Amino acid sequence: MKRSRILFVLSGGLFFLATLLMSQTKKPAARSAAPPAAVMERGKQVYLEQCLACHQVDGGGVPNMNPPLIKTKWVLGPKMPLVQVVLNGMKGDTEIEGETYHNVMAPHRDLTDQQISDVLTYVRNSFGNKASAISAAEVKVIRAKTKPVE
Amino acid sequence: MQQLIQQQKIVSRKSMLLIAGLCVAGLMACAGNGGGDKKKDTTTTTRRTAPAEVDMTLKLPAGFSATVFADSLGRARHLAVTSNGIVYVKLNRARGGKGIIKLEDTNGDGKADKMSGFGNYGGTGMAVKNGYLYASSDQEVFRYKLDGNNNVTNPDQPEKIITGLLNRGEHESKSVALDNAGNIYVNIGAYSNSCQLQDRAKGSMGQKPCPILDSAGGIWQFKADQPNQTYGTGVHYASGIRNTVGLDWNTATNTLFIMQHGRDQLHDLFPDIWDAKQSAELPAECMYELHKGSNCGWPYIYYDQIQHKKMLAPEYGGDGKKTAGEDAQDPVEAFPAHMAPNALLFYTGNQFPEKYKNGAFIAFHGSWNRAPEPQEGYYVVFVPFKNGKPSGKWEVFADNFAGGPENVNPRGAKHRPTGLAQGPDGSLYVSDDTRGTIWKISYKK
Repeated sequence: MKRSRILFVLSGGLFFLATLLMSQTKKPAARSAAPPAAVMERGKQVYLEQCLACHQVDGGGVPNMNPPLIKTKWVLGPKMPLVQVVLNGMKGDTEIEGETYHNVMAPHRDLTDQQISDVLTYVRNSFGNKASAISAAEVKVIRAKTKPVE
Repeated sequence: MQQLIQQQKIVSRKSMLLIAGLCVAGLMACAGNGGGDKKKDTTTTTRRTAPAEVDMTLKLPAGFSATVFADSLGRARHLAVTSNGIVYVKLNRARGGKGIIKLEDTNGDGKADKMSGFGNYGGTGMAVKNGYLYASSDQEVFRYKLDGNNNVTNPDQPEKIITGLLNRGEHESKSVALDNAGNIYVNIGAYSNSCQLQDRAKGSMGQKPCPILDSAGGIWQFKADQPNQTYGTGVHYASGIRNTVGLDWNTATNTLFIMQHGRDQLHDLFPDIWDAKQSAELPAECMYELHKGSNCGWPYIYYDQIQHKKMLAPEYGGDGKKTAGEDAQDPVEAFPAHMAPNALLFYTGNQFPEKYKNGAFIAFHGSWNRAPEPQEGYYVVFVPFKNGKPSGKWEVFADNFAGGPENVNPRGAKHRPTGLAQGPDGSLYVSDDTRGTIWKISYKK
């Protein structure tokens, strides 16, 4: 009895792991809503150059230092605040999902609308995340509404 | 071994982990077995569930063994041991209104059997000196009077001896060390990586003079017994230090030694000069011996442990080749980059073999800023000393805090060494701020 329960939990865990792993690999347009592979590839390149050092290879961040990008409200939620974090950065000590993170995130206004669109679409569809794409046009509108900090 | 007892408790979960591990090899096949609802267990916070019960066995040199003195305390930062073996641990965040945990091993089996707490604030610093227990928050330093048995007499009314220290949420922790002349030394970390106009922003250059250095990025000296001291009453003892968490008064040299957390993101900020691999290896984490007026050169320079040179920081025109910092002192020892030295302890006990006497133990919390290269650290290092200087190559003393090579990263690590203290019998205590484990390491011929 106990064994069957363990097996059940185990297989559930492995299924979860498997989906996590699969979602981390490049995702062709298998799912209907998945972004085009080209967008994901471009987004990944921006991620490697601009984000990886702090948010890590798996998007998991660093406890107490840099927030995770895995299924948080910031990543999966409304587009405007997310784009604004990229544009203006984020102060340390911001509370995210009940935890605080001490490192400052620098503003990234130097990225083009297309680069921001690509990288956020990539993040919203990697590391187990699934959320709608953000277009370059949407980034442009949000950028126009967002004053630079300081 | 005492750890085995601990292991026994968790044996069922361990065997589950083992089965899971075996199945990972044939993951896809196993996954086919069904969807299940594992989600229930993993969605809340993966970080909390991931570092589950693990093998507690540390890897130690021959003759040394460790007991798990206490476990699951919370974010255990620095710790101090009294002359009769009471262990006081500072928590980074108070739990249930208790930010300092008192541990006693009344039957002497190497495991605490009595636990209590007080001090409703988080912090890092913890020290015992001349009948007082010293503790820091991220802005203040308090002291508690100890009675003849080293019990705290005023747990709810400590004396506030230092107040108003800068805390901007980055490099915020305050550590303390005391000398034998009635002084206490406090680190005040710089709220910045390299004093750029805009912290960590690509293209933002360094400020000269760096305005942070008047109230942070250094070590301040205060009187150990006077209330309400602050910047005005303290002595700006040493400057040009980005951030320090581990520091100790060396009684053999009668000087203060510190471990600096070196800068990071050379590649992210200056990709034309450094690639990701170079950025993972530079700059050094440095040990400095301080004197009043010492300047270690941050933010204008960093130390390159491969070239053995002080280099001009790129935010100030450096290119990886230009040296600088003629006015800044050299480190006494340089370690690989980003390993985050969080505690320093000069060993004065008689229990360990002779080579350890007056040498330095360093707890390396472990890196995060070497990605995508493998992370490093997550161990306790020993540096032999002779005549007040390192006398040989440093070596890893206690390893496997992360719980296997696959966990040598900040999120996977089961434990991250953070504090060091020496017991009255010469045992070495190590704290961990991930699961709140305290080890007692002893030596037997």
